[in-house]
Amino acid sequence: MPRKTATPDEVGEKLTAFLKRSHGAKSVRIDGVRLLTGGASRQTWSFDAVIEHADGRTDTLALIARADQRQSVGLMTRETEYRLLEAVHAGGVPVPRVHLMGDDSLGAPFFLMERIEGETIARRILRDDEYAGAREMMTAQLGEILAAVHRLPVDEHGLADALTAPIEGKSPAESELQRIEGTFRSIAPEPHPAFELAVRWLKGHLPASGEPTLVHGDYRLGNLIVGPEGVRSVLDWELAHVGDPMEDLAWVCVRSWRFGNDDKPVAGVGQREELFRAYEAAGGRKVDPAVVHWWEVFGNLRWGVICIMQARAYLDGLSKSVELATIGRRTAETEWELLNLLEGA
Amino acid sequence: MQDRPSYDELLAAVEHFLDTEIVPNVPGSRGFHARIAANAIRIVRRELANEEDQLAAEWSGLDAVLGPAERPAGREELRSALQERNEALCTLIRDGDAGDSEAARRLFEHVQRTVRDKLTVSDPALLERS
Repeated sequence: MPRKTATPDEVGEKLTAFLKRSHGAKSVRIDGVRLLTGGASRQTWSFDAVIEHADGRTDTLALIARADQRQSVGLMTRETEYRLLEAVHAGGVPVPRVHLMGDDSLGAPFFLMERIEGETIARRILRDDEYAGAREMMTAQLGEILAAVHRLPVDEHGLADALTAPIEGKSPAESELQRIEGTFRSIAPEPHPAFELAVRWLKGHLPASGEPTLVHGDYRLGNLIVGPEGVRSVLDWELAHVGDPMEDLAWVCVRSWRFGNDDKPVAGVGQREELFRAYEAAGGRKVDPAVVHWWEVFGNLRWGVICIMQARAYLDGLSKSVELATIGRRTAETEWELLNLLEGA
Repeated sequence: MQDRPSYDELLAAVEHFLDTEIVPNVPGSRGFHARIAANAIRIVRRELANEEDQLAAEWSGLDAVLGPAERPAGREELRSALQERNEALCTLIRDGDAGDSEAARRLFEHVQRTVRDKLTVSDPALLERS
């Protein structure tokens, strides 16, 4: 049975008490509690808080609470995500500032961070006039931000042990391929000849890789807050890991994230060459387009396996969502793109 | 034999209701899911219209790659036999036994055709852009 989601009133009450306790505040008032995204396991709540401190000062905060309804094996803990956000913020990556690590008052691990206003819906960012200027600038921004992500010294922030890293003795490419192939073989309800062709090609063309870096792991439209002036913030760090930085440069080019703007491979807004140039100019690694191509093939396979995984949640009765059910039929679009990429290779 | 409306005509009525009554009038996540539901109906309608031809084409495509086999008569038997043959095709690819370059090209083109058939049902707009 899917677990019942708490009501906004219940969450508001608990967060009020938590903020009062944490700040030693005279009073706390919370308004506008709403659920932004709610999965079976993870939830994001938005709310406004007015905190009246003991000394009479008042703070008005726009906040987000990210909570885990249940901790799943292999998923990043909220504590690691909190520390990672702190670290990348210090490293100059545009992310929401964390506010407080939570306690057990929501009955599930959570933390609070600042709420950044702006647009996350890909179709609006790619179509609305309001974002025409942003679209002009985004390709270069996306490269510059990634250079800052990949520069972050993971060891210095004590995150090395908390983040998934390449399998001992294997390159990042080999490790990620082994992981996604393992997932594919254990969850696919039916045979997928196109994925077999892709796996065989990927195994036969493993790229050499340099020193591993922090990798965001889900860098694409949908996980970016955009304003008319461009990218404001990078969200959803829970797939971050230590790996090949080229993985991020390729994932943002996966066809599904172009939302129909097929001639603009970078997130539906620009060309790969401009992304690579901006990335290198901002201090990123030297880009070998052939290595990024390998990761783009990998990325399409990965998104295809994720489609199967989401449909499995429906097929296995974990969810009755029509969205999860129909996403199973999106697997074919990744197969089609894989065949296009392999045909040209 | 059922009376009119046919299944396709009934589904068209549901699709129309979702598209014209629900999607424009229901905001937020519920409206979004109504849009997805209407799209699911479109997928089912296209599949019902194409399934018989597509299953037959996939069978003869596999004949050319794996060698001919007798096609089961019933729809369910055909589906499960296709699943078995596709598993054999996957093993062939995994083991790298596709044969000479000519055979490998035939195999690739067969896979391309079956994926194209899947997209004809799930997302024909994507094929038009390709």
